[in-house]
Amino acid sequence: MTTLLTLAVLILVFIAIWQMTKIFELSQLRTETAQIANEQDNKNNAYLMFAFLIFIYAITIFSFWKYGKFLLPEASSAHGAEYDSLMLMSFVIIFIVQTLTQFLLHYFAYKYRGKAGRKALFFADSNKLEAIWTIIPVIVLAALILWGLYTWTNIMDVNEEDDPLVVELYAQQFNWTARYAGADNVLGGANVRMIDIDRANVLGLDEADTYASDDVIVKELHLPVGRKVNFKFRSQDVLHSAYFPHFRAQMNCVPGMITEFSFTPITTTADMRQNPDIIDKVERTNIIRAERAANGEPNSDPWEFDYVLLCNKICGKSHYNMQMKIIVETEEEYNEWMKTQQTFGQTMASMQ
Amino acid sequence: MSATAHEHVEDHAEGHHHHKETFITKYIFSQDHKMIAKQYLITGILVMGFIGIAMSLLFRMQLAWPGESFSIFEAVLGKWAPDGVMDADVYLSLVTIHGTIMVFFVLTAGLSGTFSNLLIPLQIGARDMASGFLNMISYWLFFISAVIMVISLFVESGPAAAGWTIYPPLSALPMAQSGSGMGMTLWLVSMAIFIASSLLGSLNYIVTILNLRTKGMSMTRLPLTIWAFFVTAIIGVISFPVLLSAALLLLMDRSFGTSFFLSDIFIQGEVLHYQGGSPVLYEHLFWFLGHPEVYIVILPAMGIVSEVMAVNSRKPIFGYRAMIASIIAIAFLSTIVWGHHMFISGMNPFLGSVFTFTTLLIAIPSAVKAFNWITTLWKGNLQMNPGMLFSIAMVSTFITGGLTGIILGDSALDINVHDTYFVVAHFHLVMGISALYGVFAGVYHWFPKMFEGKMMNKNLGYVHFWITAVGAYGIFFPMHFIGMAGVPRRYYENTAFPMFDEMTNIQVLMTVFALITAGAQLVFTYNFISSVFFGKKGPKNPWKANTLEWTAEVKHIHGNWDGPIPEVHRWAYDYSKTDENGEYVIPGQDFVPQTVPLQEDEEELQH
Repeated sequence: MTTLLTLAVLILVFIAIWQMTKIFELSQLRTETAQIANEQDNKNNAYLMFAFLIFIYAITIFSFWKYGKFLLPEASSAHGAEYDSLMLMSFVIIFIVQTLTQFLLHYFAYKYRGKAGRKALFFADSNKLEAIWTIIPVIVLAALILWGLYTWTNIMDVNEEDDPLVVELYAQQFNWTARYAGADNVLGGANVRMIDIDRANVLGLDEADTYASDDVIVKELHLPVGRKVNFKFRSQDVLHSAYFPHFRAQMNCVPGMITEFSFTPITTTADMRQNPDIIDKVERTNIIRAERAANGEPNSDPWEFDYVLLCNKICGKSHYNMQMKIIVETEEEYNEWMKTQQTFGQTMASMQ
Repeated sequence: MSATAHEHVEDHAEGHHHHKETFITKYIFSQDHKMIAKQYLITGILVMGFIGIAMSLLFRMQLAWPGESFSIFEAVLGKWAPDGVMDADVYLSLVTIHGTIMVFFVLTAGLSGTFSNLLIPLQIGARDMASGFLNMISYWLFFISAVIMVISLFVESGPAAAGWTIYPPLSALPMAQSGSGMGMTLWLVSMAIFIASSLLGSLNYIVTILNLRTKGMSMTRLPLTIWAFFVTAIIGVISFPVLLSAALLLLMDRSFGTSFFLSDIFIQGEVLHYQGGSPVLYEHLFWFLGHPEVYIVILPAMGIVSEVMAVNSRKPIFGYRAMIASIIAIAFLSTIVWGHHMFISGMNPFLGSVFTFTTLLIAIPSAVKAFNWITTLWKGNLQMNPGMLFSIAMVSTFITGGLTGIILGDSALDINVHDTYFVVAHFHLVMGISALYGVFAGVYHWFPKMFEGKMMNKNLGYVHFWITAVGAYGIFFPMHFIGMAGVPRRYYENTAFPMFDEMTNIQVLMTVFALITAGAQLVFTYNFISSVFFGKKGPKNPWKANTLEWTAEVKHIHGNWDGPIPEVHRWAYDYSKTDENGEYVIPGQDFVPQTVPLQEDEEELQH
């Protein structure tokens, strides 16, 4: 690593010295217009402009070829497919526009380089042209806006239809806690003012509230596949953001208010581990981790794919490591797991 | 008003027995716009720019080689890098101060301060700013705010570390983060002074442009630079006071126990008394400035690019009126799109829909601008001076960075890329790099105007440009992929998530590009400083431009023109204009300065 750095610095120093001697030479000979581009400069830089166009295309192709596989796998939530197709469509438009405009820009820079005797065209205005490139973006953007808003409205519509599972995600520096609404599927009342650490009431549930007694508080999020989940988010200290990249879902957690997001997981963790993209990714990652193990470096345990919840709003020193494992499983597995959990009422009773 | 301006003109025309200037009035407490422009350039762009970029290198090294020990860390960060390993708190501080310095100090004060001050009086034909005294105060307030910001780097508990947006409660509670103690107080004080400086400057620019234009200089004959500075100043005046209110309310929450932004907080084992405030309110106030702010940064760059590109293409800027209209449209829309930073903040989703609509509308004037620039190059006679190269590259990065805005501005698509590196890549290209290219284009182009005819070395300029152009794409293009892979921004290291393991190579690539690109800025700095002292004098109008500044005296005198202020007879873009026979209007010369009266049978086009 440090060799790389030294190398970079050395190259730069070399360039600097080379250029400095060049200036010195030039300053001895030329007249006062020496610092204004001459025909040779125009030519050199025009060719470089063309080369730069190729560089832009090359870095695009290189990035897709080399890094395209790092992108998130197909979405694991019901709304994710629509999200992904809107994203794909937007990218197609972006790449068409990018390829064309960069070509025109750099090609013109190359083609119309200054030459003695060349006369520039006095072309100040054209209502027709300007109308064209106002109207085309208007139409394309209108289509994108309509599609985007339709998708957005669907995704953000948190409702009680289809018997959703109600889960609270509770954020604090620097960890997540999940609370299930229990058999009644209604979350008990809660406020940070009711937190009682000594009695293990860490989420500030209202002990007098009957809805609260069957709530289940856990540190690992289990979700039954195919069932809609309505998430309610709370934070006890600073802003956090619950980010579920694989489910194309995110919502900020704001102290003093409850925010919401709703999605339906459609792929179990077990199925996702069989996804060819994931198998490849795990394999690539484990090669890296094996190398680390061989070198005695940390973070070297072999990895098995799991969904994960990240914090995505700067929240302090350990922001970079605020995470929770998410397990999507079949309805039966989920029910099995839920049976083994203690309710809030039971926990409180055991504290007496 | 114009009467006053004219009196002023005659005043100076009669006798130029100038008031004796001491070292202090000439170089330090100067009221001359040209000197103040240079002061902004050196403090804002060179000094603060150096600090800001150096910080980015430190945290880029941490990202590429997480947890690695570097002696440079230990040397620069001291106790924040025990054994040369960067501490997580100081990582966040570096990110925060890098953002603050680059956005406010370099690209707002540095860019507008330098070029508005230099060019407004010179290009509209005025002796100086409307108020030279306020102008001086504006600079010195900026200087004080910069000093306070730098002092905040040395406080015991560390500088502000809540991100440049300093969202409460993180920024409000010292127990949430050590940087939210004294460091944050100084940050807020520094910004409050900065806002006062910015407002004084902006008001001065507006008044000067409206009242001190020379005879014949109608608004539709102004160079696009002036239009851009004018509209920028207006949005600054509209939006900066809102940031001041946010900063003041936050100060009160921090120091006097009010609850504007805080509610229901339990931290370090106790419940705080705050009740009823909302962090979302802060986000609204912040972004009410914060979004126009990115246009405050980019509009002057656009103005500079339009001017430099027309001069070096030897062609009029294409669609002059459309360019003005798009500047105004962008400025207007910029004040009603702030909510796109808050799609997933808990704000009502319907409000998100409205902001998506207004945000995507901004793409239309932006597209018009990009196409007009490209058409300006078409069939030109391009003079590849360094300023021109940076102008072309600015259009390139503006397009590349702007296009991804279509994704981020779309509330639905924003959900999964919000606050990831995709955003970082987007805004660095579209407003960071593009605005910096505007700065460089301006410095290379107007250096002779700033330093009495001396020119910067073009070959060093070419070296600077090409390394920077390649490096900027090398850093920020791959960064989009990291964002699309779901890597959040402001992570001290990505090692806590095995799913990000394979991205380390990209991080190394980006960091190496960043180091090389930063090295190229040293070439620029060297070129700048050596040219200030040893630069060769060029011709009076080196780029053969039409605008008024090149008719002013090469030697700096107070009042700019030794004789009367020139009168303007035409717009600024009569490059390569020909008569019916296809001959240049002035035979043998492909440009017609604004001071040249219309020739016989020459038509003034209604541009």
